[in-house]
Amino acid sequence: MRVNGLERPDATDPRLLLSDHLRHGLGLTGTHVGCEHGVCGCCTVLLDGHPVRSCLLLAVQARGHEVSTVEGLAADGKPLHPIQVAFNECHGLQCGFCTPGFLMVTSALLATNPEPSEAEIEEAISGNLCRCTGYAGIRRSVRRAAELTGR
Amino acid sequence: MSTRLFGERIARKEDDRLLRGRGRFTDDIDEGALECAFVRSPFASARIRSIDVTAARSAPGVVAVYTAADVPFGDRELPLLIPHPLLTNPRTQRCLASKVVRYAGEAVAFVIAESRYLAEDAADLVEVDYEPLPAVVTPEVSARAEHLVHEDVPGNVAADVTQVVGDPDGALATATHRLERRLRMERSAAQPLEARAVWARWDEDERRLTVYNSTQSPTSIRGGLAVLFGLPETSVDVIAPDVGGGFGPKIMLFNPDELLVPYAAMQLGRPVKWTEDRREHFTAVSHERAQVHEVRFGFDGEGRLLALDVDFLHDGGAYTPYGIILPIITAAQLPGPYRVPNYRVRFRDLYTNCTPTSPYRGAGRPQGCFVIERVMDAIAAELGLDRAEVRRRNLVQPDQFPHAVGTMWQDGGMAVYDSGDFPELLRRAVEALGPRPEGGGVGMGLAMYVEGTGVGPYEGAHVQVLVSGKVVASTGIPSQGQGHGTVFAQVVADELGVGIEDVTITSGDTRRFPWGVGTFASRGAVMSGNAMAIAARAVAEKAKKIAAEHLEADPGDLELASGEVRVKGSPGRALPLAAVAILSNPLRYAFGGGAEIATQFQARPGAGPPLAPGDAPGLEATGYFSPVSGSTWASGCHAAYVRVDPRTFRLTILKYVVVHDCGRVINPLILDGQIQGGVAQGIGGAFYERLLYDVEGQLTNASFMEFLMPYATEIPEVEIHHLETPSPLNPLGVKGAGEAGTIPVSALLASAIEDATGLRVDEMPLNPDRLYELSRPARSATEG
Repeated sequence: MRVNGLERPDATDPRLLLSDHLRHGLGLTGTHVGCEHGVCGCCTVLLDGHPVRSCLLLAVQARGHEVSTVEGLAADGKPLHPIQVAFNECHGLQCGFCTPGFLMVTSALLATNPEPSEAEIEEAISGNLCRCTGYAGIRRSVRRAAELTGR
Repeated sequence: MSTRLFGERIARKEDDRLLRGRGRFTDDIDEGALECAFVRSPFASARIRSIDVTAARSAPGVVAVYTAADVPFGDRELPLLIPHPLLTNPRTQRCLASKVVRYAGEAVAFVIAESRYLAEDAADLVEVDYEPLPAVVTPEVSARAEHLVHEDVPGNVAADVTQVVGDPDGALATATHRLERRLRMERSAAQPLEARAVWARWDEDERRLTVYNSTQSPTSIRGGLAVLFGLPETSVDVIAPDVGGGFGPKIMLFNPDELLVPYAAMQLGRPVKWTEDRREHFTAVSHERAQVHEVRFGFDGEGRLLALDVDFLHDGGAYTPYGIILPIITAAQLPGPYRVPNYRVRFRDLYTNCTPTSPYRGAGRPQGCFVIERVMDAIAAELGLDRAEVRRRNLVQPDQFPHAVGTMWQDGGMAVYDSGDFPELLRRAVEALGPRPEGGGVGMGLAMYVEGTGVGPYEGAHVQVLVSGKVVASTGIPSQGQGHGTVFAQVVADELGVGIEDVTITSGDTRRFPWGVGTFASRGAVMSGNAMAIAARAVAEKAKKIAAEHLEADPGDLELASGEVRVKGSPGRALPLAAVAILSNPLRYAFGGGAEIATQFQARPGAGPPLAPGDAPGLEATGYFSPVSGSTWASGCHAAYVRVDPRTFRLTILKYVVVHDCGRVINPLILDGQIQGGVAQGIGGAFYERLLYDVEGQLTNASFMEFLMPYATEIPEVEIHHLETPSPLNPLGVKGAGEAGTIPVSALLASAIEDATGLRVDEMPLNPDRLYELSRPARSATEG
């Protein structure tokens, strides 16, 4: 499998979840596990550009696919990605646990729809739970991210 | 002076690593740790006949399996955290149950293996023979005491407490109007998105225990582990790294894992980690909210509340490790922002065969607020008066502070409101809400609240200017997303005249600051914020004293600004703060970084020794804030328009306004985030979330598929206004804001739904199903 553009080892244990493989096998701990039953969205990564719940996929199912995680948005030592900048500016995170999932769904949204409407933003983030922010900051962040990436 | 940072809308300093996926949550820490799984009781009430771990011990990858018999403290009762003389029958659970289990989810055995997968496989092989017993599930059933949760606790009563203010019986008897209500709130839970986790390493060579724990109180955990293992406190480090939300339950300690994981690490000589899964979190971690209130109240023809008599049952769950703090809080501040001259409140804290309770955001306050606000609405309805007007007539007035409620407070003193302007809160909320939207099914809701915040006993902070001129500061309490790394940096930067980018905050790491209590009761800004200010002021004084000598000026003529200590009005006469930090430490050896200025042949020879008696090297200070007694009291008013679909009972919030007073505001961006998030959690608690136990004590909705928390689609953008009535009780004049958003939401939505549907609302939470049920008698009456 490729992760954030690099060829990475596949999982060998057939029952290993993709979330566990990313976190503990590959050390990409930015992908978080909130419920392990596909509801909270903390573990959202992109599989060939589409948001998926990595806790509902077996790692072996990602073989031959391109996986994008939060670590791929901005390289270490490089400036933040515009989506990340927007979340900072608009206070789109508090504890930061759900944040990688929201960043990844925003990334997928803006890749296909650079100027989303309010309803499209709501639809895009409506599968992810945040227990801290009450979503207002997240909505503003996605709007701002669209502005920043559109430039 | 530099521009003040206090009060500025500053984006958070701590976001960068979290946005990059470089946060460090407990489960992110690995270092080859062994992993664990619990065997938990499937029964709410049962005797354990036998436990057989033979098969589990020989399962692949298993390193150890512990039952109570295998651990020296296995069968010992866990500490009673907050003893209280009125808690007459306290009971705490054992680390691992060996004879009796009293709630489904209680820990029975602990499996340690090479991976979580293997640990769970082996946990399935542990054979426990249970003899199920009848379960006591609701507070009403508990009060009937047909079965006892603890054989030796008569009536299932942990505590039975009555407080009387004035003459409630006399005032009720003579009141021209009297009403009664039975008001109920159901069990709920905080559900932070990071469940709990503990990682521990024992270093045999250094004889040092290091624990990472997603806790709200690392200092308490450290104290407890030192006692349990007979280690000096100084050999135990407890760190709450990034914590993925807390909201109360992570202040509960000690959970069995918090003792078993460090113990296993010490026994096995390898790092050990346990990460809770969501299902465990639902049953093993504290709940709250379930209370039933019998309310009688008397009032005059003008709507003035004359007497209030509340008798309530608190569902404490199977054990009382957190004491009776929750019902104490409900009882203490139930009168809210209103004058209640004659008040009797009795509570019984009752055992049930359910998960124990401890504070969840609001902590007894949402229930109290629900009661008094329902009372206000009932008075308005009875007299045909406007709901806002009835509230206005009962409010404590701005010139009536300090206002003593007459009840005992959670810190051992009495509940005394320090400051506020309640009529202004109400006026502004009603004004901001504006005219009622067009259309059918619309309801207006109104609710006011007070919140005793910032309870003691104390917090502390350490502030140090490094030789680079950068500043590091630390405090004992951890952050779970409240933005401590930013707001404390604002406070410190102001005191030291540096930029916010120059200040780095560490919180919740006993290696950096070993003293303190914890993050709870909306106390971070009050306690640690003031400790930060006190410590930073001491550093500033020290900097002035050192610089005065070198600038040949009087310390009183100096100021700290733009990273310098300078003579006021003489811009040229200044010393960089970095240089002052170097000079604070008299040197023999220059070690680079400009340190040569502090060496013995360079530094100005003073009359006395290089370090004067009483002086300490380093430009640093420690400060503590400890209030004499009592809390700061935040307050607010929420107002909303909702629409309830008459056929589906779907709730839509059309407009939601908050006017909030938490004293002086440090960072409005972060404060608004706390309020908005609190309201969202309140909306969840009022209309979506409810823990459903069946009669056998099984939690039937222990997943995010069935315990419904709101998504973005359910939460409106809240319009937030601030009123700033500084608290007279602390140097910064701040109160506290973490929980406020949640407290009045159930009361508010009850008011709004009642207004929209005409159905009387005596219970929370509601949902479309329940509203349909409530509407049925009315329907059949109209249909029939």
